[in-house]
Amino acid sequence: MPTLFAVVTISFFLIRLAPGGPFDLERPLAPAAMAALRKTYGLDQPLPVQYLRYLGALARGDFGPSFSFRDLGVAELLARGLPVSMTVGGLALVLALVLGIGFGAGAALRPGGVLDRVVGFGAGLGVAVPTFVVAPLLQIVFGLGLRWLPIAGWEGGAPAHLVLPVLTLALPQAGLLARLTRASLRETLALPHVRTQRAMGLPAHRIARHALRGALLPVVAILGATAASLLTGSVVVETLFGLPGLGRTFVDGALNRDYTLVMGTVVLVGICVIAFNLVADVACALLDPRLRIAR
Amino acid sequence: MRGVVRRLLRRRPAAFALGFLVAMALACLVGPELTGHDPGRIFPDLVGTPPGLAAHPRPEAVRPALDRLAFRMRLTVRAVSIRDGTAHVTVDAPHAIDPRVLTYLPRSDLFGPATILERAEDGRRLVVSAPVLERRFLLGTDSLGRDLLTRTLVAGRVSLVIGLVATGVALLIGLTYGAVAGYAGGRLDAVMMRFVDVLYALPFVFFVIMLLVFFRAGLGLILVAIGTVEWLDMARMVRAQTLSLRRRDFVRAAEALGLSPATILARHIVPNTLGPVTVAATLLVPKVILLESFLSFLGLGVQEPDTSWGALIAEGARALESAPWMLAAPAAFLVATLLALNVLGDALGEALDPRRDGLTDPR
Repeated sequence: MPTLFAVVTISFFLIRLAPGGPFDLERPLAPAAMAALRKTYGLDQPLPVQYLRYLGALARGDFGPSFSFRDLGVAELLARGLPVSMTVGGLALVLALVLGIGFGAGAALRPGGVLDRVVGFGAGLGVAVPTFVVAPLLQIVFGLGLRWLPIAGWEGGAPAHLVLPVLTLALPQAGLLARLTRASLRETLALPHVRTQRAMGLPAHRIARHALRGALLPVVAILGATAASLLTGSVVVETLFGLPGLGRTFVDGALNRDYTLVMGTVVLVGICVIAFNLVADVACALLDPRLRIAR
Repeated sequence: MRGVVRRLLRRRPAAFALGFLVAMALACLVGPELTGHDPGRIFPDLVGTPPGLAAHPRPEAVRPALDRLAFRMRLTVRAVSIRDGTAHVTVDAPHAIDPRVLTYLPRSDLFGPATILERAEDGRRLVVSAPVLERRFLLGTDSLGRDLLTRTLVAGRVSLVIGLVATGVALLIGLTYGAVAGYAGGRLDAVMMRFVDVLYALPFVFFVIMLLVFFRAGLGLILVAIGTVEWLDMARMVRAQTLSLRRRDFVRAAEALGLSPATILARHIVPNTLGPVTVAATLLVPKVILLESFLSFLGLGVQEPDTSWGALIAEGARALESAPWMLAAPAAFLVATLLALNVLGDALGEALDPRRDGLTDPR
């Protein structure tokens, strides 16, 4: 809650402090028309009043009218963008988890093996190659070269249109998760309880399963950060692939100085990140009994 | 310290990464002077030249280029021959040719000043010789006809400087904040770290974007924006280090001697956190470079005529179909640098931490 409050407050004042307003055009409006416009949107009030009003409206779930789209409220614009971003982001998260944990665990079980080297190199590359390089590369290979998949567009979420954006978003995160899983599982495998299990003659795959549960803690713990970077990545991916999601809404809103739209997006993104952190914390507690007692 | 450097250099990937980074920094620093091209110089006649060692214009491109020029000079090209880098051109026109039109030739990027060798048919036919200017573009040219290698190296300066300076900013803030919080302890510590917790959950990149859109984007603002975002990790780490150092005897002794907290922090606490801090800072540089290129890619970072790897990659992504090398060149530089920095940071961490040291030191 304090975090959300901080998000709203910081972004509100940051936006209002910035030079230039939403109605600055190439050809200035007549002063009377300007005054009327400002009055309609409540911009003629002193800043603290505007701020309190906005907070009040927000508490009632009202994001206010959009400044640049005359007939649409911010809530409607966000409601359009959110499902798109959620679909792409959610699929990317699942893919990143599967790839990251799978390869990371595989690499940790045979340190120094072929898979370990490949994963180490691939993960290093995945972390170092930015999304905005991966995306054009995928577009060249699968879109222009092989002509298997469409280069861009949304088309109501047709599966073919989803593949490239999801891959682009997932690969760097998968690299990060693979590294983390590998390091953590290796440490866990060196712990006394694993040695005991080995001494008791448990089969290797059962030991791996036990160890993995403990080793996944740090992976789960950074899920909040992963979600945040997926949302950040969505700005690039949605721009490059022409998806009508939250990231694009945000950038367009910022460029148009659509105060309420930008505010709304940031608040929504903030809520998503906070919610994810909460889920990650709860999942951590479920995985690790020690954390439950500590709280 | 020397042991750390030796352990670091004994790892081949780390030594290689370090060498690569030094080479990259040198190349970006002095390289643009050595390529023979000015980064801002536009060659309109050599737009979209693919990378390669060959000199441009290619011999087969000379005739079409001459035809285009002749059209503007209202002449017709009858014959062209190239010998020793000099083009001998026979042109004619239905009227007497004014020799002043020949200044069109050196005004293009392809030819030097022309000299008239022969004049025939009352000046309606001329034989002209003009040196063909040979230029080499190792990485090709961009969609405006600028040398891509020079631009990539100049862009590297910006990216590397931002990486180092913004990391420095983050380091300074994080180190001070963390050390003060950890050393003060108690309520102040709790309040300061709670503040960091709150900031941690903010969608910060969105704030940076807002900052850059609403205020005019510039190098200084990018530095501030990135630096103020990335200090949180550093602050947490330094605080944890400080907490454990506080209880150590040498700090207690300093306290007993009556040194002021500021002196203790500067002389005893901060120097002892430098090991892990160095590692974190090394790993922060690639993060910062990545963030900067991300912003520049969106058009919010470095603005023309300045450029950075992110900005070049954005240009390359737009010219993807016609000139794929425009994406490949800056992307390769960026990725290689990030990779090297990550390898170096990881190796530095292992070299500083004997527990994780795979290679046993003889001593």
